[in-house]
This record gives sequence, structure tokens and C-alpha cells, in this order.
Amino acid sequence: MIEVKNLTKSFDGKTILHGIDATFYSGKTNLIIGQSGSGKTVLLKSLVGLLRPEEGEILYDGRDLLKMSAEQTKKLREEIGMLFQGSALFDSETVLGNVMFPLTMFSDMSKAEIKERAQFCLERVNLKGADKKFPSEISGGMQKRVAIARAIALNPRYLFCDEPNSGLDPKTSILIDELLSDITHEYNITTIINTHDMNSVLGIGENIVFINKGYREWVGNKEKIFHADNEALNEFVFATDLFQKVKDYMIHTAHR
Amino acid sequence: MSTAMLFEHSISNFGRYCLFMRKVFAIPNRWKVFGSRTIFEINKLGVDSIPLVIVISLFIGAVIAIQMQLNTTSPLIPSYSVGLATRDIVLLEFSNSILCLILAGKVGSNIASEIGTMRVTEQIDALDIMGVNSANFLVLPKVVGFIFFMPVLVAFCIATSLLGGYLVALFTDIITVSRYVYGIQAMFIEWYVWYGFIKSLFFAFVISSVASYCGYYVKGGALEVGKASTNAVVSSSILILLLDVVLTKLLLQ
Repeated sequence: MIEVKNLTKSFDGKTILHGIDATFYSGKTNLIIGQSGSGKTVLLKSLVGLLRPEEGEILYDGRDLLKMSAEQTKKLREEIGMLFQGSALFDSETVLGNVMFPLTMFSDMSKAEIKERAQFCLERVNLKGADKKFPSEISGGMQKRVAIARAIALNPRYLFCDEPNSGLDPKTSILIDELLSDITHEYNITTIINTHDMNSVLGIGENIVFINKGYREWVGNKEKIFHADNEALNEFVFATDLFQKVKDYMIHTAHR
Repeated sequence: MSTAMLFEHSISNFGRYCLFMRKVFAIPNRWKVFGSRTIFEINKLGVDSIPLVIVISLFIGAVIAIQMQLNTTSPLIPSYSVGLATRDIVLLEFSNSILCLILAGKVGSNIASEIGTMRVTEQIDALDIMGVNSANFLVLPKVVGFIFFMPVLVAFCIATSLLGGYLVALFTDIITVSRYVYGIQAMFIEWYVWYGFIKSLFFAFVISSVASYCGYYVKGGALEVGKASTNAVVSSSILILLLDVVLTKLLLQ
């Protein structure tokens, strides 16, 4: 579980995050949602330590990231997997090389064991037979799956995903969502997904934190989101006609 | 930009460069990985530069020999001085300073654009998240590999430059082969060879570390990667020239 308390982050005197409080549960897909520019990515990067907030606490199962020594932070990072928006695969490595990388750097396994574990991770994300290809030779959806395989290679306790569906077609997006959800439940990982994709929200949103203009506006889950009493959230959720029509239909069927 | 701002900018950049170097010169996570990456970089930055070094040195060596002949037509100057002057120019300046200015273009831009692209595509963030010291992992093998291989490039440069002059003597009638060969052996000072090698090690460090620094701190996209690449070449070229003056003063006087 990751708890965030009173998190504040500014850039050049402009406050981007205003005292965010949130809890992200283990074994659940936790979603951070909000419009572009709302501060989602800044929150996610602060959570993983790529940005240092001015105030607040980030507790990884009780361990405050902001009070850790460099050595403790290094150890914690070995428990973290991250899926970047653009996959961030190493261009000079093959698919297998990318997945083997964290194992080579941080495990004491033999080369054969590392290869076996990497192949297992690739099979887990349904990517058998792509071992020898380079990232530039595979599709965006496949790149995301390789990035997931790399992120889970060291059996992380915490998995962070920055807009995992961006640039993917709806069908592939659903596959990626299902994969992330399955992995989260299977390995009891605290998964935090940063997204503005409503399909993901409705598909895998077990714990949702809505950020608006740097403030935490709402917390709930996919069942509660259509009935939320929050203007900014309603504006975000019903920004497309599709979800307005779904809501109208639900109200209509409820009255019948 | 005013002079005061330029000065402040330079000081802040120098401070950040020093902090970056402290990160780079940390103990590697895995020595085996460091070893294999260093060999990879020796091959990419060093061995792949050999053809360029050979082509440039061959032609410049030939041109130096021709120009020496044209500028030393006085009967008071012995004809073997063409070989002697060609050798000394190559040993003292061309095989180290000029060669490194050329390599700043090839190797420096390569390093800056590679690391810069890794930065903008979040590959460096991915390394940091994993707990890898990205500066150490990416840059140290490049610096060590390039410094390690630089004397080989200098040796190739010296040999092919002198060969260029020899070919001029062989295929033209401006100087005889025997006078040229005599000239390149006459009044030989061994220290000049070591002087060239020592200077080139400093220049190799400047090229690899400055280019890495420029790439590592890129912010933005493809346009900024291009700018970083240009900055790397310009900055390392200026530093090479400055360092050349200092080292010449220290090593030759």
C-alpha cells in the first residue's frame, strides 16, 4: 500500500500539486485520472521519486520515500516497476535483452536462469517468439507489453504506469488494461495507473483518484463514478457524447 | 545575453558538470556489465573512427608535404626539411589537437545525440527508476573506452599522415623518396610522440564527458537533441583549443 499525505509540488513558484492526500491499495488497480495538465504526471513522478515535492509524505508500506537515504531509495527502487508512456525500451537491446536487463543488474541469477525468467515474463504478456526483435521492429502495443514484461521481471511490489494506453487502438488498449489488472491480482502488486482513458476507468478502476487543477477532487471506484456529485469530475467523465448517452440510458432504464 | 548573465550561466554549467562527473565516476553496479559496455564503446567510438582517421590523415599528410615543399624553396634550406617539418607538424599538432577537433564532430555529436535521445524518450528515467545510476552506467564506459582507444587513433594518424607525405614523394617529383625518408628521421625528438599521446588523452576526456553532459541534460524533443549535439561539438572544440594552449605551455616549455 502507498499512502500520500499533503503532497505539494511547485515549479518556478507555480504550485502544481496542492496538498494531495490519497491511498493506493495493494492487489488493486489504482487509477489517477484527470484532464491533461491537471498534475497527474507530476504526482506519478513524485511518487516514484523522479521529482522531489516541497511538502508531504509518500509512505511505501509505512516507509517514507522523502526521508530515505540514497541507499534505502536504491533498495526501494528494486521493488518498483514502471511502464512509461512511450514504453522507454532500450533501443540498442533486443526484446529479450530489455527484459533481461533488470535481472542482469540486480539479481544473482545465472545467465541461464535470467534468460528463463525473461522468457517466462514475455510469455506472461503473450509475446512468445519476439525475443530477437529490436523495439523499432515491433508495434506500439507489443512495445507496451515488452515494457510490462520488463517492469514485472524482478517481481515488483509496486507497479507504476504512465498512460499505458496512449497511442494504442481501443482493442489493444483493452488487452493492455486486462493484462495490467491480471498481473496486479496475480502477484498482489500495488498498481498505480495514470490515465485519462474512460475505457480504462470503467474497465479496471478499482480505486480511482480524480485530480483537477492540482487538487484531489474525488476518490471512488468505477461503480460510483457515474453517480459522483462533483462538477469537475462529471465534466471530465461526460466530456464525450458516448458516456452522456450511457448515463441517459442508465437513468432511463432505472425509471422504467 | 549580457556578459554578467553569460558568466553566471557558465559558472552554473561548470558546477552542474562537476556534480555530473561525481555521479559518473561512481563505482559501477556490476563490473561485468561495465566491462562489456566498455568494450562495446571502444568498438563504436574508437574502432569505427579508424577509417575516418586514415582517410583524413592520408590526405592532410600529403598536403602538408606539398605545402612544405612550396614554402621552402630557398637553397639555404635543405630538401630533407620537407620530411622533417611534415613529421613535426603531425607529431606536435595534427595527430592530437586537429584530430581531436575532427573527432569532436564525429564522436561528440554521436554521444550527445544518443544520450539526448535516451533522455527525451524516458530511457534514462527508466534506468533511474530501476535504481541504476544512469550517469555512471551510460557515460563511464564511453569516457573510459574513448580515452583507452585514443592513443591507437593517434598512432594510426601519425603513421598514415607520414605515409601521405611518402606517397607524394613517390608519385610526384617535388621531393625524392630518399630525402623525405631521411627528413622524417632527422633530428627526431622522442618526447614529441609522448607529448602528442598525453594531450590526446586529455582531449578524449573532454570530448566524451562534455558531449555526455550536453546529452544528459536535454529537455524537450528532437529539436533540443539537435541543439545539444551542436553544443557538444562547439563546447568541446573550444575546450580542446584552450586546453591545447595550456598543455603546450606545460609540456613543451
